[in-house]
Amino acid sequence: MIPPVFEYLRPTSIADAVSLLQQHGDDAKILSGGQSLIPMMKLRIARPAWLIDINHIPDLSYIREAGGFLKIGGLTREADLENSDLIRSKYPMIHDTGRVIADPQVRNLATIGGNLAHGDPANDHGATMLALGAEIIATGANGPRIIPIENFFLSIFSTALEHDEILTEIRIPIPAARSGGAYFKLERKVGDFATAAVAAQVTLDAAGVCTKVGIGLTNVGPTPIKAGKAELFLRGKKLDAQTIAQAAQLAADESQPSSDLRGPAEYKKGLVKEFTKRALARAAERAGQ
Amino acid sequence: MAKTHHVHIQLNGGTKEADVDPRLLLIHFIRDVAGQTGTHLGCDTTSCGACTVLLDGRPIKSCTFFAVQADGRKIQTVEGLTHDGKLHPIQEGFHQEHGLQCGFCTPGMMMSALALLEKNPNPTEEEIRWGISGNLCRCTGYQNIVKAIRYAATKMQQKGAAA
Repeated sequence: MIPPVFEYLRPTSIADAVSLLQQHGDDAKILSGGQSLIPMMKLRIARPAWLIDINHIPDLSYIREAGGFLKIGGLTREADLENSDLIRSKYPMIHDTGRVIADPQVRNLATIGGNLAHGDPANDHGATMLALGAEIIATGANGPRIIPIENFFLSIFSTALEHDEILTEIRIPIPAARSGGAYFKLERKVGDFATAAVAAQVTLDAAGVCTKVGIGLTNVGPTPIKAGKAELFLRGKKLDAQTIAQAAQLAADESQPSSDLRGPAEYKKGLVKEFTKRALARAAERAGQ
Repeated sequence: MAKTHHVHIQLNGGTKEADVDPRLLLIHFIRDVAGQTGTHLGCDTTSCGACTVLLDGRPIKSCTFFAVQADGRKIQTVEGLTHDGKLHPIQEGFHQEHGLQCGFCTPGMMMSALALLEKNPNPTEEEIRWGISGNLCRCTGYQNIVKAIRYAATKMQQKGAAA
């Protein structure tokens, strides 16, 4: 399959890339890892007239802690997240997520910025970042601006990014002591999108009471879903089996899955319930409960 | 017709130069422009891994990457495995352990195996299965592919020890 004709542009600075986006408007697309965009172009679902390859812009790929945040550059490959000691030791939920995205070859190219900016509710980082309370840094002509993740996903394939903005960084508040997270996903085979998946992040106090919690759901609605009612229910409670089970039911009620080839809607709600239980239990265990 | 781009791609130790249309996929550059037909185009939808090649040492699917993106970079395909007419231990492993039947997936499978063994010279069976999880084989049931990669790991370690 051959994509439609397009012109290829290779800026070497964010400013140049933004000015190309302004020049070409909606006819232009950013090429990051290309692992969603190129297949869509080959199927002719996407037909950008201009491809702006940001892979030659320096300093867009990094994983580091600074100023109270974990900062991940938009061009950071999934494989780099998967292989990062910092991620493995301190952000196990992101490590869980990185290992179940697509397959090893795709992870060598796919980027975290692309995963989020594509706005596909089936992509895994949306739920993870909702659970972690991340911020998106979008850089446009007026410089960078911060978009809280809960305001980022608007509808299917649609985000709060303006057409002349680039997702340059993801910022995650460094979790307090006694924090932990986990991501559980069911996929029919390696490389498939989630039938359903759940991300949970908790912070406990010395008595084991949940002081902070984030729950995100993958591929059970038009956007990644923040399970706000389940979060509210858990705050201030000890994570015993009964509390977890009640929160899991709330999360399942908040999901809006559709029936498709991966399964009927009721089955997917059942998955959300079970994975919320497992993710909360694993998160609490990792938090040192 | 889009503006063409002049690219220099390091392919299996040589350099291939050409003017390419931006929409030319790397798999078609390798097969049709460079004439190296060892790499196979399977599903053409980023699923099967038959077209796997190494980009600066990391396996990627060459059906989901434009040739223009490979400008100035190093590509290694199955043709790059043999040295001085001798089979690479991975090729020898697939031969000895009967790691293929129809052989269509084999070039991609071997490139994933090479990247795995360079990162992890002594992988467990689970790690091997993880390493080739982006490569589909419809013939073997994978058992003999895993054995072939184990064979290669042992052979490469012996070689390393002897050197």
